[in-house]
Amino acid sequence: MRKIGLPLYALESKDPVKDFDIVAFSLGYEMAYTSVINMLDLAGIPLHREDREGLKNLVIAGGTCTYNSEPLCDFVDLFSIGEGEDALCELAELYGKAKAGGWSKREFLRKAADIDGIYVPEFYDISYNEDGTVRAITPIDGVRPVVTKRIVQDFEHSYFPEKTIIPSTEIVHDRVVLELFRGCIRGCRFCQAGYVYRPVRRRSSDVLAEHAINALKDSGYEEMTLSSLSTSDYKELNVLCDKLLDYCEPRKISLSLPSLRADNFSFELMERVQRVRKSGLTFAPEAGSQRLRDAINKNVREEDLFNTCRIAFEGGWNAVKLYFMLGLPTETDEDVKAIADLANQVVYIWKKHAKNKSRGVRITVSTSFFVPKFLTPIQWEAQNAMSEYKRKVQLLADTMKNRAVTYNWHDPETSYIEAVLARGDRRIGKVLEEVVKNGSGLQAWSEYFSFDLWMESFKACGIDPDFYAARERSKDEVLPWDMISAGVRKDYLWRERETAYRGEITPDCRKQCTGCGANLIYKGGRCDE
Amino acid sequence: MNRILFSKTGMAKYISHLDLMRTMQRALLRAGLEIKHTQGFNPHPHMVFALPLPVGCESCCELMDFELVKDAGEEEIVSGMNRTLPEGIEVISAYVPERKLKEIAKLEMEIIFTFDSGATEEKADRLRELFERNEIVVNKKTKKGFSDINIRELMDKVEISIYNSSKIRLSAVIAAQNPSLNPLLITTAIGNYEPELAPDQVSYNRKEIYDNEMNIFR
Ligand code: SF4
Repeated sequence: MRKIGLPLYALESKDPVKDFDIVAFSLGYEMAYTSVINMLDLAGIPLHREDREGLKNLVIAGGTCTYNSEPLCDFVDLFSIGEGEDALCELAELYGKAKAGGWSKREFLRKAADIDGIYVPEFYDISYNEDGTVRAITPIDGVRPVVTKRIVQDFEHSYFPEKTIIPSTEIVHDRVVLELFRGCIRGCRFCQAGYVYRPVRRRSSDVLAEHAINALKDSGYEEMTLSSLSTSDYKELNVLCDKLLDYCEPRKISLSLPSLRADNFSFELMERVQRVRKSGLTFAPEAGSQRLRDAINKNVREEDLFNTCRIAFEGGWNAVKLYFMLGLPTETDEDVKAIADLANQVVYIWKKHAKNKSRGVRITVSTSFFVPKFLTPIQWEAQNAMSEYKRKVQLLADTMKNRAVTYNWHDPETSYIEAVLARGDRRIGKVLEEVVKNGSGLQAWSEYFSFDLWMESFKACGIDPDFYAARERSKDEVLPWDMISAGVRKDYLWRERETAYRGEITPDCRKQCTGCGANLIYKGGRCDE
Repeated sequence: MNRILFSKTGMAKYISHLDLMRTMQRALLRAGLEIKHTQGFNPHPHMVFALPLPVGCESCCELMDFELVKDAGEEEIVSGMNRTLPEGIEVISAYVPERKLKEIAKLEMEIIFTFDSGATEEKADRLRELFERNEIVVNKKTKKGFSDINIRELMDKVEISIYNSSKIRLSAVIAAQNPSLNPLLITTAIGNYEPELAPDQVSYNRKEIYDNEMNIFR
């Protein structure tokens, strides 16, 4: 595009992006940050927010990783924190007024900063201590000191996109996506989504079935997936599946249920709903030992996993994929070796229970390099050094001697950069720019990712990446994202951290409320009703 | 059994064959027309395209056969699909087919070459000379690797004329199936035999389909 001077254009209308009043990015993954800068550049829009003077080309962003927006603050005018359904409408209305009234950009942004859930970095001044940590976050011009995320209060009656743009080419998520509920009752301590999407709000099966059928009719899709953080936790799952299958089955529309837990009930449901080949089952125990699973509050019990595997093998399945993370807080070598034990036991269960052994069994173990995320109980933690991760990979590979088990590990480089960006501050912005300037903006794509490019860029900007990835923060350190709240209190997260170190579990929200604070932003409702 | 005649022009020429199948399937469903599925372990919608159109080619004579769960009238199919199809794909007519798709033998193609340096009579003459040969061999990628084919014996009624100041038009009747000729190879041949005449841009357009006796096929 650069070579022939073609500016970035909108996919449907083919209008140049530069002609748009507002350019919005949805960001689910830190490695996409460089794409934002690259796209602005391709569009011919000035990269830095202070270089865009009028209201034209307002650049905004939202999505899970923008709960810490700091690395993008040089480039983005404002962030929508939390669920955008309501905030974006209010923002668009204000923008209309500003345009009609000829407001300056600063006037508009100041008013936008008063909309619930809108964070305007321009009005937050950051000062630093000598050791490089944040000294203070100072709100200016009278803006509120903490921006609390916005949520949809009445999820049951909230907007569901029944009429969508139907692509003429294959896209990712090329199907109807039916969102069952938001939030998660579980509270796995490493999981950012589990904390930032609280509290749990759901739609009833009647409303969901109606949305589903209308969306299928309007789109002509022959596939639908149920979406949520943990499908098994949807209270009316069985009823809903009956309703959906009544419509889908005669029409040959396939239904998929991701994010099921490893228990018998889920397995039966999956067999009933998915007419897939009996090949692969996927589980994510995340840690090898029960001790470590307790520490991270991942409530998968070995018995459940083994039971489900037994039923699966008896039913003719012959492949299981197991996902783990290495580098979790409190992890010891014993925990690492326990992964191999777990895999061996699954093989043993297959030997004992498989009906037909002639096809053999394939157990795949995958490990990824754990990235501590902000707004979780792990946000103060140092990430393992890459060399430590590699040592653990080697240890596990040496322990895993079973020929039926294949071991895959992810390279740690991307996860290291991700760890820097996730807990980065405003000083990271120039690094992002440097990466785009000297290489490719497509750092989220493994074929374009370049670790050396990142390391050179850190160096050129005088930034030590270990300061962000591999440093343990103290309890009273001002964190760069302290002006943002996802509803869950910081002291609750700290308490959870201490509970983790004691190896104790925290009950899920359905069993017992442990007072995280998210209920306070849910005005009219109660969590998980 | 139903057959539709449709065109695929403009930006829609970039929709690949696989995506076209999806698009058609969705268009039918969105129009409330349920398509019959194949029997068997992994049922899929039963649709047959006469001749897959290469990406980048436009056409005003594409045919697709399918079966509906419930019968629908011609008008219902045409207007229903046109309401839901993307810009550039238009159903011209729908009917119950009388002939089998395998009777299709020939295609009329129009190829427009654009020359940034201008379209001259001299260039047109040199192209005419090229296509007067009995043998024009192009190396073609096949399932088993590469093989040389003589594209000239798959072409008939080649006509070359100046289209406007920068474009030259080639029209020809080419073999449609068993074997077929991918029209992109015609451009490849020009580049190989007359490198100076390699066009800067090419557009391809399927104009008509015929049976072996050169009767229009529907
Ligand atoms: S307030 Fe209680 S029930 Fe609600 S999300 Fe927090 S811990 Fe769970």
